[in-house]
Amino acid sequence: MAALTPISRKPLSMVLPTVAAAGGFLGMFVGAGQGSALLGIVIGAALMAALAWVYITVLDNEGVARWITILGLGAVGFFFAGFTGLIVGLLSGWFFAFFIFWLYEGRYRQKLLPYLTGSQVFEHYLFRVICGAIFVFLITPILVVLPLSFNAQDFFTFTPEMLRLDPEGYSLKHYRDFFTNNEWQRSFKNSLIIAPIATVISVSLGTLAAIGLSQSHVPGRRAIMGILISPMIVPLIISATGMFFFYSDIGRFLEGTLGMDKNFVGYIKVVLAHAVLGIPFVIITVTATLVGFDQSLTRAAANMGAGPVRTFFKIQMPLILPGVISGGLFAFITSFDEVVVVLFVGSASQKTLPWQMFTGLREQISPTILAVATILVVISIALLTTVELLRRRSERLRGLSPS
Amino acid sequence: MKVTKSTLLASAVAAIAGGAMAEEMTIVSWGGAYSKSQLKAYHEPYTELTGVTILNDDSSPEGVAKLRAMNEAGNVTWDVVDLEAADNIRACDEGLIIEIDPDVHLAPAPDGTPASEDFGDQLVSPCYIPTIVYSTTFGYRTDMVPEGVEPPTGACDVFDLEKYPGKRALNKRPIANMEWALLCDGVAYEDVYDTLETEEGVERALAKLDTIKDQTIWWSAAAEPVQLLADGEIFMGSTYNGRLFSMIVEQNQPVGMAWDWQMFDLDGWAIPAGLSPEREARALDYIRFSSDTQRLADQAKYISYGPARKSSAPLVDKHADLGIDMAPHMPTDPRNAKNTFVNNYEWWADYRDDLDAQFQAWLSQ
Repeated sequence: MAALTPISRKPLSMVLPTVAAAGGFLGMFVGAGQGSALLGIVIGAALMAALAWVYITVLDNEGVARWITILGLGAVGFFFAGFTGLIVGLLSGWFFAFFIFWLYEGRYRQKLLPYLTGSQVFEHYLFRVICGAIFVFLITPILVVLPLSFNAQDFFTFTPEMLRLDPEGYSLKHYRDFFTNNEWQRSFKNSLIIAPIATVISVSLGTLAAIGLSQSHVPGRRAIMGILISPMIVPLIISATGMFFFYSDIGRFLEGTLGMDKNFVGYIKVVLAHAVLGIPFVIITVTATLVGFDQSLTRAAANMGAGPVRTFFKIQMPLILPGVISGGLFAFITSFDEVVVVLFVGSASQKTLPWQMFTGLREQISPTILAVATILVVISIALLTTVELLRRRSERLRGLSPS
Repeated sequence: MKVTKSTLLASAVAAIAGGAMAEEMTIVSWGGAYSKSQLKAYHEPYTELTGVTILNDDSSPEGVAKLRAMNEAGNVTWDVVDLEAADNIRACDEGLIIEIDPDVHLAPAPDGTPASEDFGDQLVSPCYIPTIVYSTTFGYRTDMVPEGVEPPTGACDVFDLEKYPGKRALNKRPIANMEWALLCDGVAYEDVYDTLETEEGVERALAKLDTIKDQTIWWSAAAEPVQLLADGEIFMGSTYNGRLFSMIVEQNQPVGMAWDWQMFDLDGWAIPAGLSPEREARALDYIRFSSDTQRLADQAKYISYGPARKSSAPLVDKHADLGIDMAPHMPTDPRNAKNTFVNNYEWWADYRDDLDAQFQAWLSQ
């Protein structure tokens, strides 16, 4: 197999520039933090190239070299930037000690196919570095939020105490604020009321629509589909304005003519508006699963005497359930994240979590928003993990291998 | 599965419908520390007195636009709105809010002085119930003042890049900035608005702002300059004095105040037009309560904005949590109010659209 690829030591002319480039890259960030990125690049590159040269030509002992680099860079980091510097130094020391010998010994070829040319090997690693960079680019904004939510101050600032990892700089007070502040609790409760009900409505209506539209004999299928999906395409602010006037009339009718409670009507309006926004997601995902659904199964069921409703719940529904669930998840998230429509359609008693976050961000940049964001990230991860685990379990039970 | 879903739905619906029986009113304000001071000084005592639940909606920044939309749709969900003086004049002209007779609808001072006299000049529009006097003023990082240089004292220091290098933050609209620019360019206080009416005056103001344009970060929400100051991203920035107070005194940030030529402005209540008679009566009752002498003085315990009534001034007390004297932090305190600029709302109501367009065009150059 690939692991059998023979490895050999590489010339200095290839190792030194690569190590220098990596050192320069790290030096750029450290330098930018200290005020001069250019100086950082130069120092980083020179330092790492020198280290590599010493290790390879003079020391040539990987174990010793590793400890020297880790402890040396750790000490330098600690000297310049305290505790945080120590951690950065230790990590980069560990990486460079490994990196220098990994290159020099040619170990980077070990797991690859033996016949690859140099440029193919380079492409292989370049691809990984680019993928890693994109991943970092996508995930960093979320990760930055997490530590800031433990800030002991009321600003979006990494305080010197925080950077020193001093316990004084951290606190749970923003989480406490979220759980004790009436405004936040009320909006959280509203979101938990509105989103599930809107989801149930979108899933029921969306699934029905998708099944209907998948029948070949329905006239004007494409046109109907286009109209149903339009809330996803029309800019939200336009839908929101339209909905505001539309639901104002409906609300007046419900309140004035039917004598319903003002708040109750408010909830109905927001739930319906959110259901409309969620329906396209359900239609799209369910339509996609219906493509793989064998229509002869429903005919077989009918042949055995089952009515259409029974056929739907016993035969069709279980088979398209993954599509329905993921559509429902999208609908839920749409409602749970939605701020524009609720700002127009809702009144203060229907204030949802995103609304509260929006005003909080505009009027008072308070880290409570970050605490809420952190909680929401954790909930989303838990939700997606649960759904994925359930899906695998049901596939296992049905004798399919998870894909 | 089916049964659980519908039971859940039914119980949720019942919970919503049942919880809404008590009397309720929606009061719209600016959010943050300001809403909190209103909650403590007005809402909580009012709820205790009458049993009316108060819902707070932080939508004042788009107050006029939303009032207009609600008015057109005939669906007014707000009971009382907090508006700036200039917005209030606009909304009043358009008939979006109702007119108030101060001597009928507002409580007299404790010594019997009628409300119209107690508020005096602050009653800038027939629809207005002023509650606070605030100012837009400058805060600066005390640790970023160059060595051997006096710390800045006022608005004109923002234009002095040589003495005080570093980034500045200014509001992304012409109000206040144009006046400061002319004033610091040598125009006399009395002539500022006359000068601004002319083409050359506007050009002169923009030319003055041009000198610091590439060092300026333009903010649109008052929380932004506070965050920028906390980060040390800027050396000095304009914002509302209450925000700076909470930053300096409550959050212990290394920030100082540069009070000179602070821009005075008013803020207060308005009642939307088109409420049902019982809602309007309740809103008027709330306003009468929350604009009386004691309530206005109480608000100053929570935020450093001056009460709009003359009779409230002697009652201004210590900070509710910190126990410090609030008087020195008020924009109206004589030590802070050596030179003040009183925003001319009526002038701005007439010229705002025009100057807004010119200012935005200048910004995008």
